[in-house]
Amino acid sequence: MLRYFLKRLLWMIPIILAVAIVVFTLMTFCPGDPAEIILGSEATDEALEAKRVELGLRDPYFVRLARYLSDTFIHFELGTAWKTGIPIADSIKERLPRTMLLSGITLFLSFGIGVPLGVIAAVNQNRWQDSLCMILALIGVSMPNFWLALLLVILFAVKLKWLPALGIGGVKYYILPAISSSSMHIASSARQSRSSMLDVIRSDYITTARAKGVPENQVITKHALKNALIPIITMMGTQFGKMLGGAMIIETIFSIPGMGTLIITAVNNRDYPVVQTGSIFLAIVFSFSMLLVDMLYALVDPRIKAQYQRKGKMKRRAK
Amino acid sequence: MIMSGKKHKGQSEFSRFIYQLSKNKMAMIGLAIIILEVFIAVFAPAIAPYGYQEIDANALRQPPSSAHWFGTDEIGRDIFSRVIIGTRYSLSMGILATLISSAIGIVIGAIAGFAGGWADNVIMRALDVIQSLPGMLLVIVMSAVLGSGYFNTILALSVGSIPAAARMLRANMLRQRKAEYIEAAYSINCSPARIIFKHLVPNSISANIVQMTMGVSHVIVQAASLSFIGLGIQPPTPDWGAMLSGARAFIRKSPHMVIFPGLAIAITVLAVNMLGDGVRDAMDPKLKK
Repeated sequence: MLRYFLKRLLWMIPIILAVAIVVFTLMTFCPGDPAEIILGSEATDEALEAKRVELGLRDPYFVRLARYLSDTFIHFELGTAWKTGIPIADSIKERLPRTMLLSGITLFLSFGIGVPLGVIAAVNQNRWQDSLCMILALIGVSMPNFWLALLLVILFAVKLKWLPALGIGGVKYYILPAISSSSMHIASSARQSRSSMLDVIRSDYITTARAKGVPENQVITKHALKNALIPIITMMGTQFGKMLGGAMIIETIFSIPGMGTLIITAVNNRDYPVVQTGSIFLAIVFSFSMLLVDMLYALVDPRIKAQYQRKGKMKRRAK
Repeated sequence: MIMSGKKHKGQSEFSRFIYQLSKNKMAMIGLAIIILEVFIAVFAPAIAPYGYQEIDANALRQPPSSAHWFGTDEIGRDIFSRVIIGTRYSLSMGILATLISSAIGIVIGAIAGFAGGWADNVIMRALDVIQSLPGMLLVIVMSAVLGSGYFNTILALSVGSIPAAARMLRANMLRQRKAEYIEAAYSINCSPARIIFKHLVPNSISANIVQMTMGVSHVIVQAASLSFIGLGIQPPTPDWGAMLSGARAFIRKSPHMVIFPGLAIAITVLAVNMLGDGVRDAMDPKLKK
């Protein structure tokens, strides 16, 4: 079991390296001249050329790639942003927690609200509770998060003046971003939980449990939900990627200085190092969360745990 | 439209699917909205009361009225006309990007699933790398690399969905590969190409079709997000996301500029989701009797 996760952890190193190479290569194909963007359109040709040499843009692709990889992964030297001159490590240290907080709240809400709603719908299949939950969920998954964000700003910040429209500060500043980034995910986890609960509720062992006289609420929570959770957790893993991506968009609306605003501005400024390093950090966060999902699996599903253990034993025997 | 239960027995899978789908009211409403949107997109210039770039300097940021149903924007363009013309972008981008990514994903998945061994390993690890970037981030970077414009944006959007399609097909193909009919096909000396494209792919593809219908709505939202943050389709093209992006600055004084383009996106996504749910239910083997 432990060996499996250690292996997965080690496997992340080449994956992240490959991500770095892919993003680096993509950025070199990016149209637009960083030197001109930094110096402005009035700069002289000599100044532009000097800037290009200074940024190392005149070196061949492989030289630049090798330099970038050795700086980042061997010397842990993340460099500074071309446009602003701020050390990238500092901006990431400051911004990554905000993006993770926003995605974390989204994950928490989508699990904490979406799953109960889906269970309520499944238990009351074809009754009004079911229809209500599912219609709300259908509307929820169809509502683009950035539009919802704008509507919430109009209602709560502009008309009612209850909540701030942008910026960061206390809890109050996170309410609108959290609602707008999580509504879509609450809805989709409600839909997923309903369908996986329905799959489970129809199975024989639930009938058996009921026949034994187990109280209904225990049948639902102990017998059904525990098994229904497995596909829900799978979905959460893939959804977390969407949550990180969605948080990037939500950040730009609420002017939250997180990874999203950092990377989007850097893309527009052709600030290659910021885009590359920012992407690598988001990829690391995402890979870790996928690993966490797999560990959760093993916790929820004893069959999977047993499988890992059996594999380990078989290998040891083969040796 | 209504077929008797007896009649559809013994008919092909496809007509059973169509029958199931046609019985689903929600899916039919979704389909009707989509057909209506296609109709609007085709005849957009005839339906729109004003040109999408027509400026009325005397009517800046006017709220909805009988002359301008959805009001006007910051330089006096009719928002209703712009939303109507915008119908041409969202839905078609969603469908085209999903078709491209599914086609590429299916070919990659088929190669991985059929070849197995090191080819499978290389392909799957490559997909791992692409999938360890959050989808939206990949789309943003791709869009910056490929540049703006309709087709470039479609390409950028499709890259993000290739891995999921490839994985789905591969998983189903691995299941099918061991089936007896494949062994039978080998034994009568079918060529590998014939086995892949005549037997394996058609039998493994149903999950991909469900994934595609669900994927369209996701891509539409991604496309709108892209133009919202200033990449993808650029103004003055009346893409709904780009319109929202422009309207953001006037959110305090002219909220109508935000409401209508967003509503158009939401309705389109809702219709696609309704149809997608219907397609999934009609294809779900658990519901087959």
